Amino acid sequence: MPAKPSTKQRLQIDRQKMTEQDPLVRNANFDEVNLGLPEKVALLEAERCLLCRDPKCISGCPVMVNIPRFIEMLWQGNLPEAAQCLLHDNALPSITGRVCPQETQCEIECIRGNKGLPVAIGYLERYVGDWAHGQKDQQSLKVAPSTGKKVAVVGSGPGGLTAAGELAKCGHAVTVFEALHKPGGVLVYGIPEFRLPKKIVEAEVARLEQSGVKIVCNTVIGRTYTVQELRDQFDAVFIANGAGLPVFMNVAGENFKGVYSANEYLTRVNLMAAYQFPRADTPVLKGQRVATVGGGNVAMDSARTAKRLGAESSMIVYRRTRKEMPARAEEIHHAEEEGLQFEFLVAPIEVIGNDKKWVAGLKCVRMNLGEPDSSGRARPIVIPGSEFVIPCDVVVVAIGTRANPLLTATCPDLKLNKWGNIIVDEKGMTSLPGVFAGGDIVRGAATVILAMGDGKRAAKAMDDYLSGKA
Amino acid sequence: MHKVVARAQLSPNVTRLDVIAPRIAQIRQPGQFVIVHRAEGAERIPLTIADANPAAGTIVLVIQSVGKSTRELVALEPGRAIAGIAGPLGHPTELIASGRALCIGGGVGTAVVHPIAQGLQRRGVAVVSVIGGRSKEWVIFEAELRRLGEVQVCTDDGSYGRHGFVTDAAKDALAAGGIDIVYAVGPVPMMRAVVNLTKPLGVRTIVSLNPVMVDGTGMCGGCRVGVGGQTLFACVDGPEFDGHLVDFDLLMDRLSTYRDFEQQALAACQEGACKIGLK
Repeated sequence: MPAKPSTKQRLQIDRQKMTEQDPLVRNANFDEVNLGLPEKVALLEAERCLLCRDPKCISGCPVMVNIPRFIEMLWQGNLPEAAQCLLHDNALPSITGRVCPQETQCEIECIRGNKGLPVAIGYLERYVGDWAHGQKDQQSLKVAPSTGKKVAVVGSGPGGLTAAGELAKCGHAVTVFEALHKPGGVLVYGIPEFRLPKKIVEAEVARLEQSGVKIVCNTVIGRTYTVQELRDQFDAVFIANGAGLPVFMNVAGENFKGVYSANEYLTRVNLMAAYQFPRADTPVLKGQRVATVGGGNVAMDSARTAKRLGAESSMIVYRRTRKEMPARAEEIHHAEEEGLQFEFLVAPIEVIGNDKKWVAGLKCVRMNLGEPDSSGRARPIVIPGSEFVIPCDVVVVAIGTRANPLLTATCPDLKLNKWGNIIVDEKGMTSLPGVFAGGDIVRGAATVILAMGDGKRAAKAMDDYLSGKA
Repeated sequence: MHKVVARAQLSPNVTRLDVIAPRIAQIRQPGQFVIVHRAEGAERIPLTIADANPAAGTIVLVIQSVGKSTRELVALEPGRAIAGIAGPLGHPTELIASGRALCIGGGVGTAVVHPIAQGLQRRGVAVVSVIGGRSKEWVIFEAELRRLGEVQVCTDDGSYGRHGFVTDAAKDALAAGGIDIVYAVGPVPMMRAVVNLTKPLGVRTIVSLNPVMVDGTGMCGGCRVGVGGQTLFACVDGPEFDGHLVDFDLLMDRLSTYRDFEQQALAACQEGACKIGLK
């Protein structure tokens, strides 16, 4: 073990940079943008952690990873211990290390951010997580002896997988039901390969399966089985079936050929591998000029995908300014580097079609920002007479999703809010005893890590429930 | 995995596959469909469940070979398997409780009409079927429908049954009176023609729409259709709708979205990239 550096020595180290594919190379391929830290760089970054006695970073993490401990183990070169520490709190570290908005969670709390840049916690998490995937003895979670209890998890996205991992660790027999043909939910249909390679998701899922979790694909709860049937066959149920239905703009021309929801566009390219067409069978329209409407991570993913599919121009159309964009800072930065254009303070009012009903343009108006609305963000106000047309041949609508009623409509006893999201108590339990829920079906559209936080919290509550403690 | 237990050629381009899917066979209802995912890399294809045998644990899929994906599917010989079948999806058919129903099937749509007629017959509704095809060899599911009621067959060339379109026979059936509801499934122009017949008569008409789908669970919105001025998703709001309210022009147009890609996929296939034995 190296000699312990003083705080002063630690403070002298600058934040290490992630190695990335060159922007003008990567915007034409689907390989991962971030290449990971080399060992030396990771150890140096780990040394930057001050190992605070009262660490604030942990409370910033929705799954409460013991951040200073795993970083200390990493710095000591004790990777097995670092991995065990990380996996104890987070069953999917290679995923969260890539897609979490660390800058608003753990890293924003890091004391080093007060003067300079915070420790790159996400990079280190990814480093340790990826290391563990290459180790034979890190292929499963530490599982308690069997409790004899059976648990059903609905949905194999981040919330469902996290809950499955936690429940398996407690010794419960877990079965995960997935509607699509591949496990991972939004991690495989939504988040692109260049941000989260599918082999990473496969490896994390494989670890859960190695730990005893059973995953059943092509099973739509609400259709193939009802929630009531799951209740009859299992001791507890966790519902994490995601947000579901895409929201459209509700403007004229929205059904012209070439208008996609971001869900469809990304599903075709990610889950169905349409970027490999005709080697993969599912096609996608590759626009020359693609306009993506929205300002979140899904909009960034769509617009960056369009560029990679060969669009000459890929543009983000957002009705507020850059400052209000809900997307992660890193994604916006990467998008800019890759040559995407941004039209801020612009709102679409109509999709223009040609005589064959293909998309030919997006008619928009310019906006000013007014007083904050109920979300606290400035309300965009239309500037009269500011109409103009953005010429484009594909429009991707990435303005959110609403609750999918497939499951809830067949389970009338489940209490919902006015948007159709499932209502849960502070432990994540629904109005049905033994049925818990979390992630987007509870929150509306949120993030991977918030869904994981819900999965972890609910798993704890379910374990208590199953052992009669609650 | 879902093993194919039987395969039969029903018409020059329509094939019937009997496939193991016990859960779906047990709970499927008329009008529902499945998403079929043949293998890694294949498209997800929506197919109506034409029939089922709960005791044997099988469902019947009736597939029209159009592009590469459907040709590869019908090339599956008994003993081979389909990787994934999800369902049953969509709302079951709105079946009337009593009376007399006219079921109109055109081409492969006749297989979609079959479970509807089955459901009606089980409820004691009198079923009159009008089915058709280009010529005799294109007529499918005649025997199955005859078990459920009266059947009139039409062929475009007069080689079998009545010479003419199904709409001609439907017109006569409607004129004779006593029809409480019409179910029509077939090519878009056929469904539109039926609706144009029934609308002035005020006879409720249900049509089954088959737009492009990916997930089939409401997630992608690719299958959006216009119904009564609203945009709905065929997978979760349908696939059956009140025909008098359907925007058939929109349906027809959106169905053409990937035509060039289909050609490209077939061409790539013929160059030897796949082994589906194109005819």
